[in-house]
Amino acid sequence: MSTGERLQAIDLRRVRAVSGMRRWWSRLPRGTRFAVLAVVAVLLYLLPVLNPPIITTPDSDFATVLFTVTTYCLAALGLNVVVGMAGLLDLGYVGFYAVGAYSVAMFASPSSSIATKYPWLVCVPIAIALSMIAGAILGGPTLRLRGDYLAIVTLGFGEIVRLSAVNSPGLGAAAGITSIPHPPGALNGQPIFSVLDAKPYYWLGLTLVFVVVALVRNIENSRVGRSWLAIREDEDAAELMGVPTFKFKLWAFAIGAAVGGLSGAMFAGKQGFVSPDSFPVLTSVLFLAAVVVGGAGNRLGVIVGAIAVAYLPERFRGFQNSRYMIFGLALILMSIFRPQGLIPNRRREVELADRKLDEVGVEVNA
Amino acid sequence: MPEKILEIDEVTLRFGGVTALDGVSFHITVGEILGLIGPNGAGKTTCFNVMTGVYQPTSGSVRFEGEPLGRRKRHEITRLGIARTFQNIRLFPEMTAVENVMVGADARHHTSVVGALVRSRRHRQEEQEGREKAMELLRFMGIDSRAGDAARNLPYGYQRRLEIARALATGPKLLCLDEPAAGFNPNEKAELLELIRKIRDQGYTVLLIEHDMRLVMGVTDRIVVLEFGRKIAEGSPSEIRENPAVIAAYLGVPEDAA
Repeated sequence: MSTGERLQAIDLRRVRAVSGMRRWWSRLPRGTRFAVLAVVAVLLYLLPVLNPPIITTPDSDFATVLFTVTTYCLAALGLNVVVGMAGLLDLGYVGFYAVGAYSVAMFASPSSSIATKYPWLVCVPIAIALSMIAGAILGGPTLRLRGDYLAIVTLGFGEIVRLSAVNSPGLGAAAGITSIPHPPGALNGQPIFSVLDAKPYYWLGLTLVFVVVALVRNIENSRVGRSWLAIREDEDAAELMGVPTFKFKLWAFAIGAAVGGLSGAMFAGKQGFVSPDSFPVLTSVLFLAAVVVGGAGNRLGVIVGAIAVAYLPERFRGFQNSRYMIFGLALILMSIFRPQGLIPNRRREVELADRKLDEVGVEVNA
Repeated sequence: MPEKILEIDEVTLRFGGVTALDGVSFHITVGEILGLIGPNGAGKTTCFNVMTGVYQPTSGSVRFEGEPLGRRKRHEITRLGIARTFQNIRLFPEMTAVENVMVGADARHHTSVVGALVRSRRHRQEEQEGREKAMELLRFMGIDSRAGDAARNLPYGYQRRLEIARALATGPKLLCLDEPAAGFNPNEKAELLELIRKIRDQGYTVLLIEHDMRLVMGVTDRIVVLEFGRKIAEGSPSEIRENPAVIAAYLGVPEDAA
């Protein structure tokens, strides 16, 4: 019993520390909050220009790294809708990222098999739509499964997408598709988006992150977000209270897929070329790691997670050979000492604390 | 002739070799409080589950307002107007009390994903309306002082009441309460009795599963008794009290039978 009480005390302290921050923030006047956010946003946009020491990456182009971070942020935000909010474990998220990237490649590149040569900007909505459809196609038959079974099927989906690309001559097979056009725009006769300067890509990516954060927030604070939460907590009770659980789970999948597809479209527009090698299972794992490390269910948390997953390995390129070993070690340590993530979701944190108390045999719910 | 809101017609439900319900028929009249009683394992909760679409009857049918439920999904049945609570409390533990009730209220809302994305007018209207309705129901149940607390942190009695509030929020015509007084002391039971009457007076029809005979006798208009999946009696509380089959099966105790 005393172990339980001690644990409870620790957890309470932890919960209070985090919620103290939250309270402090929510009590600031609206104007102050807005000003703080504006300053942070401006600093973020200026990052590649300022090139601040320590933060900058000595071994690779800083703006390119920052752009990669934004694509990971987008992917993590999308995956968070599925995993963090609706509580559906998706291990094949890279599949949607690939569908987005390949959609842009197919419709934009002159060297693809259909060669419609649409401009990049037209291809992005196509990529989002096709990713959503892919999400619905995967979700339709599989969302009737729960827990582990769903995870296994999604894991297969990610691989199927990659292997389909490898084996389809129409999709460029193993060689992939080249000469994908960059996003449009010119300044003084020079294209804004080129291979020479990654800064504009980063700015575009950062803007999209802001937009997606705002949209996801709107959904979270609505009937839809409430339904996801209810499904995560007790799916049967939710259904009996009139929540069309299957429909909303499918929506979670489709929305997550759409954001993943957008991320893939950004990747293709910057890279100018896609091949199956860009979409290994490991990428799914990294996306999921971003969500879990950051704190599933918390938007700010998963962004921090995405930064940790995408930026840190680049920053410490010097340790090239042991990168993944250190990364793995960090994950293990995280899961032992901070399983709720760096910036946890308020509710998830309590759910985890409960589970721990249950383990030591303490009555939590009278 | 009073109108029947729900008719259960020769419903049989088998799980493998076990017959949980055996040709059960009864009906609920609009505006009444019907008690469903019987010893443990008699099939009362199973009966609830058939009515709310959790199980499909092996044979027989359930009609709500004259229409067979058929193979309707559970959430569709809720929208038709049958709401329920659970024998073992099944709230959304990490959501606040008011959010729990709002989930129920959402059963009558139509905001789509797109509407939520762009914060459409209907979305904002429904959000506000849902919150107000939820608060009103919490007040009605007498638990509005804890509206902002996570459901899991509420005292047991409050959780039971919250479940009723959540069920009422779905806008039901028929409210099914599965042992709402389980674990209550006599005082709390008396309060709940009063609440159930108040709910009926607001125009709801109530189906009540309950173990406590005094509570059932005090509040119901009619009682249906199940034993081993069969209906053994039906009638007014005083008739049931005198019924020898019921006394033998369930009451058995002389003081209660008196």
